[in-house]
Amino acid sequence: MVDVRSGIGEALPPPEVEDVELYHPHSWWTRYVFSQDAKVIAIQYGTTATAIGMVALALSWLIRLQLGFPGTFELIDADAYYQFITMHGMIMVIYLLTALFLGGFGNYLIPLMVGARDMVFPYANMLSYWIYLLAVLVLVASFFAPGGPTGAGWTLYPPQAVLSGTPGGKDWGIILMLSSLIIFIIGFTMGGLNYVVTVLQGRARGMTLMRMPLTVWGIFTATVMALLAFPALFVACVMMLFDRLLGTSFFMPAIIEMGEQLQYGGGSPILFQHLFWFFGHPEVYIVALPAFGIVSDLISTHARKNIFGYRMMVWAIVIIGGLSFIVWAHHMYVSGMNPYFGFFFATTTLIIAVPTAIKVYNWVLTLWRGNIHLTLPMLFALAFIVTFVNGGLTGLFLGNVVVDVPLSDTMFVVAHFHMVMGVAPIMVIFGAIYHWYPKITGRMLNEVLGHIHFWVTFIGAYAIFFPMHYVGLVGVPRRYYELGETTFVPESVHDLNAFITVAALIVGAAQIVFLFNLAWSLRHGREAGGNPWRATTLEWQTPETPPPHGNWGKELPVVYRWAYDYSVPGAPEDFIPQNHPTPGRLSHEGAS
Amino acid sequence: MAVVVILVLLALGSVLFHVLSPWWWTPIASNWNYIDNTIIITFWITGFAFVAVVLFMAYCVLRFRHRPGATADYEPENRRLESWLATGTTLGVAAMLTPGLFVWHQFITVPEGATEVEVVGQQWLWSFRLSGADGKLGTTEARDVTPENTLGLNRNDAAGLDDLIIEGGELHLPVGKPVKILLRSVDVLHDFYVPEFRAKMDMVPGMVTYFWLTPTRTGTFEILCAELCGTGHPQMRGTVVVDTEEDYRTWLSEQQTFSQLSASASSGASKATAVAAATAQ
Amino acid sequence: MTIATVFLAAVAAVIVWWLAHQQLLSKPWLEVGHAYDRRREPMPPAKIGLAVFLAVVGSLFSLAISAYFMRMASSDWGQLPLPGLLWINTGILALGSVALHAAKLESQRRHDEATRTILLAALATGLAFLTGQVLAWRALTAAGYFLAGNPANSFFYMLTGMHGLHIVGGLFALGRLTARAWSVPLDRRMRLSIELCAIYWHFMLLVWLVLFGLFSGWAGNVVDFCRQLLT
Ligand code: HEM
Ligand SMILES: [Cu+2]
Ligand SMILES: [Cu+2]
Repeated sequence: MVDVRSGIGEALPPPEVEDVELYHPHSWWTRYVFSQDAKVIAIQYGTTATAIGMVALALSWLIRLQLGFPGTFELIDADAYYQFITMHGMIMVIYLLTALFLGGFGNYLIPLMVGARDMVFPYANMLSYWIYLLAVLVLVASFFAPGGPTGAGWTLYPPQAVLSGTPGGKDWGIILMLSSLIIFIIGFTMGGLNYVVTVLQGRARGMTLMRMPLTVWGIFTATVMALLAFPALFVACVMMLFDRLLGTSFFMPAIIEMGEQLQYGGGSPILFQHLFWFFGHPEVYIVALPAFGIVSDLISTHARKNIFGYRMMVWAIVIIGGLSFIVWAHHMYVSGMNPYFGFFFATTTLIIAVPTAIKVYNWVLTLWRGNIHLTLPMLFALAFIVTFVNGGLTGLFLGNVVVDVPLSDTMFVVAHFHMVMGVAPIMVIFGAIYHWYPKITGRMLNEVLGHIHFWVTFIGAYAIFFPMHYVGLVGVPRRYYELGETTFVPESVHDLNAFITVAALIVGAAQIVFLFNLAWSLRHGREAGGNPWRATTLEWQTPETPPPHGNWGKELPVVYRWAYDYSVPGAPEDFIPQNHPTPGRLSHEGAS
Repeated sequence: MAVVVILVLLALGSVLFHVLSPWWWTPIASNWNYIDNTIIITFWITGFAFVAVVLFMAYCVLRFRHRPGATADYEPENRRLESWLATGTTLGVAAMLTPGLFVWHQFITVPEGATEVEVVGQQWLWSFRLSGADGKLGTTEARDVTPENTLGLNRNDAAGLDDLIIEGGELHLPVGKPVKILLRSVDVLHDFYVPEFRAKMDMVPGMVTYFWLTPTRTGTFEILCAELCGTGHPQMRGTVVVDTEEDYRTWLSEQQTFSQLSASASSGASKATAVAAATAQ
Repeated sequence: MTIATVFLAAVAAVIVWWLAHQQLLSKPWLEVGHAYDRRREPMPPAKIGLAVFLAVVGSLFSLAISAYFMRMASSDWGQLPLPGLLWINTGILALGSVALHAAKLESQRRHDEATRTILLAALATGLAFLTGQVLAWRALTAAGYFLAGNPANSFFYMLTGMHGLHIVGGLFALGRLTARAWSVPLDRRMRLSIELCAIYWHFMLLVWLVLFGLFSGWAGNVVDFCRQLLT
């Protein structure tokens, strides 16, 4: 059905897509605050996520201080510690990474990269942000509520999550957490519908699916997954709220708490775990797939070479997205579920490793015989590959059911998931910000500050999380406020912990450099021009930078080629923009 | 250039760290050295993959970094190379998964004649129950838990009357005999974890979970809780002692049965209430 | 989680079917020049948006139903008797669905007056359904079947509540649409909105029928039957 003719001198088919009826802002308020422009919404999402992310970062400092120097800080008691890790984990995963990748990058990049004027449902898009903000505020409110935030761990496992032995269990903490998640999911759904339908219906003429940049593929697939997976968390949260507030027993078995019989009975804690991880595992890929997509584009652009094996990359994204719905119980190998599930879930989990590995190969093979510009986005992309490979490989330990038995619930797990879904995607976020900041603001970020930020963050993060695996291998459990006296942990582990803490403090501090750079370059950065990286994708071809409301001026772009025409033999320049009609190379020539 | 050096240092440094690391698992005390072996296979395969990818990247950066006048190759794909890599990866993955699944099969297949021992978790202490002379554990019910009967034994079940009950004390196991550890909780999730045994399993209120092992050497080992169970989670410690057969017999003969405990409980200040009171604090 | 997995497998089948039409095997680097899909009439984005949204809602209910079956396995489960009123409510909801379908047809035939009247009628059935559901709740509580009394009760109230909230949302959209329809002549966009409301109502009717089947125990029997077929 796709019909391709070579270039010039031919009448264009009429546009298939009706122009979105653009909403025109009339006042400062509707332009910058209650704006329906996806780019403004993206920036709102981005700043809110960064702000709440800084809270989570500060919490990680406090957590690390306690683990590195136990007993030194009176401020941090056991209750506070559990509240910190819970809020840290939940904020990082949901309110920072999910919101930033989909709400932030999704909103900014999808319309621009597919050549649309805006998202298809701008009003719902705006609501999505404000509902997200409400979710964040409800979450923050729990810090100030009586009893403080919940300390149940980010997995919120019942029955403890709603009992008094856990901080916030019988107070406001858990109620606010569950409410905030429910609100978040409602808001996300409104945004998610936009991202999906814009990709489906808003593409410019000529933008076939196989011409889309991988960034769009990644965000698109992740959004589809999020739309289908978040309902599991939604149901789980609603049911737990019922248990906590209305006395039902969905998840609550008969319980004797501190010698006292509770009213509950018959419920199944494992049921919650199934629902939670039915969401929770896809969530890992909801964070990872946009990162995969973005990093592919960063590598290709800055190595001046087409992404190696584009088709394979697309298929891998789709296959990973699908498979990730049938591996959830690998988080439950030692949960007491039917042990025979272990065979199935270990197999599916290790199968996912294959398409994932292929993606890694294709990234490094893109570097092969490239023309590698070691710009900041490229450096962060390299750092992503290192940390992602490291974290992905330790995933093979934890996915292989029997190996998981000794390692689960130890610091090994903490090291693994930080490497793979903490550090690696955050590297991509940084790379992406250095890459697209010039488009968003018209100015480049400062290079010197950027290099300081990069080196400290990359080496520091590796120094935090690589040794942490060995703390877990020794047998130190995760979520331990203090290890205390043990027979099996050598004294030197405490020194290692102190070292990790120092590294964490330094890495945290380096982020201040980054924030400063963001603010400083807004005024003082070098003028970027429209396409400083000489990139092919549509967002760099806007008539104005930063792109105004409506993105494209009078006429929508028309797409003539895929997103990766870098260093095409015979072309005058080493890149040909997607909307460039002259063939750099006629369609019947070229390698197959 | 700095990047190349750092990437190489990072790959080699990681290997060196692994080799020189004094931080390694504690000496094993159960039959699950199969698990250790699978981990070691996995370390080899993944370590190789990690070093290969990072060094390859470093080489690319060194060799193909931008120089004035340089251009990149144009190579959209290479199906042959891609299928080779996919096949290699699949083989590597299979090499890890296959032994893993075999060992898992052993892990969940309890041998005939394994002695059953029950471990009960509650916030935040461990209790144990062994079968009495009849070799059978009596039934339990969370609803039956009272200060005098903290494990919730069913008083109408004769099999339970002679069960040996150890509250907050040490668990002893005979060396060289397979045991099936039945896990139960009367309040929230816990996880029975002895690093030297390598095995662990969650304890879920409302159901009984299990794993099995054969202790392979005598000694005293620490029990930790590996599932966040509230503020006292890191303090939830216990002790398991692996004894020779004679020592085990002696220890067994010193333990009290459920009916003895109930009798002493009804005759005044009981240990059970003391424990319950301690728990309530 | 079987039900949820089956539902998602169905969604996945749709996605695969769609992807199969997207030239995923083509080699985009060889195709320079104009490319366009020769679809005759592109679907309006709102319709696709609704379809995606219904997939989300479907996922929500299929997960809740999965939870229902898993929780049902516990021994404290006690089926609750369904008030006869639910049959009437089902009828009313079906009527609303029929009405909206008629409204869609009438609007396409440009019978504006008829469309307006039918929209009002549909709105009324929606409100009547909700009232009926509340009455059913009250009948149950009056008979001593409280929310926390038994897991079956809890699921009944929760699922009917969730379904009811979706109807409330639908009524909100339908209400706004009806108000507009009465004040201005029907245009293309409004006809589309009517069609979307109709689709939404059919879907909510379907969800309700599944839930109703679940509560009356048929769904359990069907599942048992399938299990017997397999073993
Ligand atoms: C400098 C950055 C970071 C440091 C130093 C750090 C450190 C930590 C530490 C020490 C823990 C608690 C370990 C324990 O006792 O169980 C933790 C937990 C966690 N972190 Fe981070 N973290 C960082 C960034 C991130 C990021 C980017 C993510 C996003 C995925 C993340 C997600 C989590 C999660 C999900 C948990 C688990 C919380 C729980 O156990 O309930 N962290 N982190
Ligand atoms: Cu997972
Ligand atoms: Cu614990």
